[in-house]
Amino acid sequence: MKFILHVWRQAGPKAQGAFSVYEATGISGDMSFLEMMDVVNESLIEHGEQPVAFDHDCREGICGACGMMINGIAHGPMRATATCQLFMRHFEDGDTIYVEPWRARAFPVIKDLVVDRSAFDRVIAAGGYITAATGGARDANNILVAKTDADDAMDAAACIGCGACVAACPNGSASLFAGAKVTHLGVLPQGQAERRQRVLRMIAQMDEEGFGGCTWHGECHEACPKAISLDVISRMNADYLRALWAMRDEKQEQGAG
Amino acid sequence: MSTALDARIPGGPIAEKWNRHKFEMKLVNPANKRKHTVLVVGSGLAGASAAASLAELGYQVKCFCFQDSPRRAHSIAAQGGINAAKNYQNDGDSIYRLFYDTVKGGDFRSREANVFRLAETSLNIIDQCVAQGVPFAREYGGLLANRSFGGAQVSRTFYARGQTGQQLLLGAYQALERQVGLGRLRMYPRTEMLDLVVIDGRARGIVVRDLVTGAVASHAADVVVLATGGYGNVFYLSTNAKGSNCTAIWRAYKRGAGFANPCYTQIHPTCIPQSGDHQSKLTLMSESLRNDGRVWVPKKKGDARPPNQIPEAERDYYLERKYPSFGNLSPRDIASRAAKEVCDEGRGVGPGGRGVYLDFADAIKRLGVETIRERYGNLFEMYERITAENPYTVPMRIYPAVHYTMGGLWVDYNLMSTVPGLHVAGEANFSDHGANRLGASALMQGLADGYFVIPYTVGDYIGSAKLERADESHPAFRDAERGVAERTARLLAIDGTRTVDSFHRELGKVMWDYCGMARNEKGLTYALGRIPEIRAEFWTNVDVPGSADELNQALEKAGRVADFLELGELICRDALERRESCGAHFREEYQTPDGEALRDDEHFAHVAVWQYRGEDRTPERLQEPLEFENVHLSQRSYK
Ligand SMILES: Cc1cc2nc3c(=O)[nH]c(=O)nc-3n(C[C@H](O)[C@H](O)[C@H](O)COP(=O)(O)OP(=O)(O)OC[C@H]3O[C@@H](n4cnc5c(N)ncnc54)[C@H](O)[C@@H]3O)c2cc1C
Ligand code: FES
Repeated sequence: MKFILHVWRQAGPKAQGAFSVYEATGISGDMSFLEMMDVVNESLIEHGEQPVAFDHDCREGICGACGMMINGIAHGPMRATATCQLFMRHFEDGDTIYVEPWRARAFPVIKDLVVDRSAFDRVIAAGGYITAATGGARDANNILVAKTDADDAMDAAACIGCGACVAACPNGSASLFAGAKVTHLGVLPQGQAERRQRVLRMIAQMDEEGFGGCTWHGECHEACPKAISLDVISRMNADYLRALWAMRDEKQEQGAG
Repeated sequence: MSTALDARIPGGPIAEKWNRHKFEMKLVNPANKRKHTVLVVGSGLAGASAAASLAELGYQVKCFCFQDSPRRAHSIAAQGGINAAKNYQNDGDSIYRLFYDTVKGGDFRSREANVFRLAETSLNIIDQCVAQGVPFAREYGGLLANRSFGGAQVSRTFYARGQTGQQLLLGAYQALERQVGLGRLRMYPRTEMLDLVVIDGRARGIVVRDLVTGAVASHAADVVVLATGGYGNVFYLSTNAKGSNCTAIWRAYKRGAGFANPCYTQIHPTCIPQSGDHQSKLTLMSESLRNDGRVWVPKKKGDARPPNQIPEAERDYYLERKYPSFGNLSPRDIASRAAKEVCDEGRGVGPGGRGVYLDFADAIKRLGVETIRERYGNLFEMYERITAENPYTVPMRIYPAVHYTMGGLWVDYNLMSTVPGLHVAGEANFSDHGANRLGASALMQGLADGYFVIPYTVGDYIGSAKLERADESHPAFRDAERGVAERTARLLAIDGTRTVDSFHRELGKVMWDYCGMARNEKGLTYALGRIPEIRAEFWTNVDVPGSADELNQALEKAGRVADFLELGELICRDALERRESCGAHFREEYQTPDGEALRDDEHFAHVAVWQYRGEDRTPERLQEPLEFENVHLSQRSYK
């Protein structure tokens, strides 16, 4: 197969970017999108040009490193599929394909298709955890978790932190990402003690990072390689309101005392 | 005659060693911990758990990884599960049995004391992970669920769907990020360690390159912990993530750390067969599938009929036939070799005849599609995505692929290398799996090392070594920085005609053909001649575009491949010198009449430890003798 690629090239964070056009030839349907990019890069190097920079690692759809806007869609046309798991058999021979980096205020471009997603780490550092320092944990079977809760937690915990949700959202919101963590930890008995603080801190950090608010477009879910449900956002919002109310009550009590 | 290494195994009965040792180790008082800096290179299960635990204790911790986030370390990709001797199933498991299975599974080439400690701490790991919120699979009553893995007859594997590594790593990553948020730990993502700095015989820091700006910088410390994963990518095609590499341990080796058993490389039996030369990596299908899938090939050579048209009587369920008591759950090395054997006989299936069936038809009949979907849904989906075949109706095709490396930097009982102050954890060390690792035991080892061993032994080292302060102004750091910059400049200046990948592929093919599932003297000798030639061409004809002071992925790759080109040779040398077969190291010259690995305990019941002696000299082969006081040396049998 053969494709005409329009790839976003940008030398550095402050450089002006532009599309370059490359022809990808000798592509088989069994190649992944990234393997096609490998072929393009090998030929660029052979022609004395700089290869296209893009993040990737596991190539199994689990590490969350890869991610490109493919024809304007985060991770391309296949639902619930990360770029590295998108196979060329899903394109027509001769197709023209536009390839761009994630575009979001909170994810500045570093080079070509590589963006800085460290804001996600800071959102987790702000509260996306259960405090359980090493040692001293009780026997695992002393904590009963209903199978349905464990399943719900796992559904949410499947998030790979790739950032497609942010890239797909017209507001550049990270609500699906944060909601997934709030839900994963919030449905488990172990996560209850910090449930309020967690949601307050994570949301405050998201605002600080420059992520937008959620206005229910639902594009994030469509783009998510793990098809994380929009329910996690509802849950986060509900937890957030509850936490705000609880804080108000606490303040009033303190004021009264 | 070679020098023997001392593993500093504590005295006493095996079941008491670790407890006793914990009591005897030096402590560092809480106020003093703050004054000590520990560098943890790697943020996989081993690195993240060690970094978080050390920061919780109060040390100044810096942690490094080459990905853009610590959460993306290769551990994230582990699928099937993690072992622990909880005996929740009441099926006869115990610490002793896990210990026994691991020593036997490793074909009697691991250190008993370490393996026992591993089995012991396995219990704490599950508790710790559950406390962090790892969503392990549960039974309806709310208790933890288990599944079986190869090489064991009990059900002791804990799992989170097919994403166990992901969930365990996220638990450790969240603990690490909590410390970052508290200001006790500094994380350096997109940063690659390129050298180890040794001062007065002790590891005192590292030199790194910032992968975004290209800046080379030094970090001084009291202890360096390497948790940089395995080196399976020396074969080019493997199930490892593309970035997995040997650079950190290789640089440490060249600074004096002994490299143990490099030839123990594991070939995993259940991977999706290669579909063409373009392929950039191989995809594992978790071993857990062998719980319910049955492995078979046609009895007839070259039988091209579709699988559903081959009648039962004409199928050879060769694992069940050859190993009736373990059947489809035979250990990896055995299952891989058996697959190779039937394919070599011309009975392989799929393109090129390099494949065997893993068939779920019986399990679906017995348990229903829904149960199978529940257990393996995401794996089936991944398979279908890659091959465009539906494994619910057509049997999967699988073939062995490089997966894990049991070899690594030699460590003593305290997980310290031959360089004082340099500790090594996780897949990067050689410690616990002998010549073959059992499924679901790498995650266990990574977390045992990071959560429960390193935090103690690092303290013991700091508490007992009278360390002078070292800082980045020491000339040793300048020298190392200069070395790194010069090497980078050299790579960029070659300006040859071949891409880095083309060399990597070429090396990988030599490794796979001559040092893969079966090895022999002739092939290894050939490889030992060929690899230096490839390396020489690399250094005169590779083309690395771009510059040193920018994000330059071709340059990153070039540095890693340059190291693989050296390590590959050491692997072959080790394989040649080990004139026996054991576990994953199968020398065709040494086999039993029915084709099983034939050990030579008289001459090879030891760890081979390679000591670097300079660029143009053959490294020295040292030994750590292995003693088996608890599990008696015997020929492994899974029949
Ligand atoms: C597909 C797959 C499935 C698996 N499934 C299972 C399973 O079900 N059960 C099981 O027990 N085991 C499994 N394993 C094995 C297991 O996942 C690994 O052995 C284990 O996760 C290794 O963990 P680690 O912490 O040692 O290293 P890794 O997770 O590989 O982490 C290495 C870290 O080091 C960093 N690093 C490396 N080099 C440098 C450098 N030079 N500078 C800076 N940082 C560096 C990386 O950035 C990374 O953070 C599987 C392996 C694969 C490939
Ligand atoms: S490369 Fe890991 S998710 Fe795509």
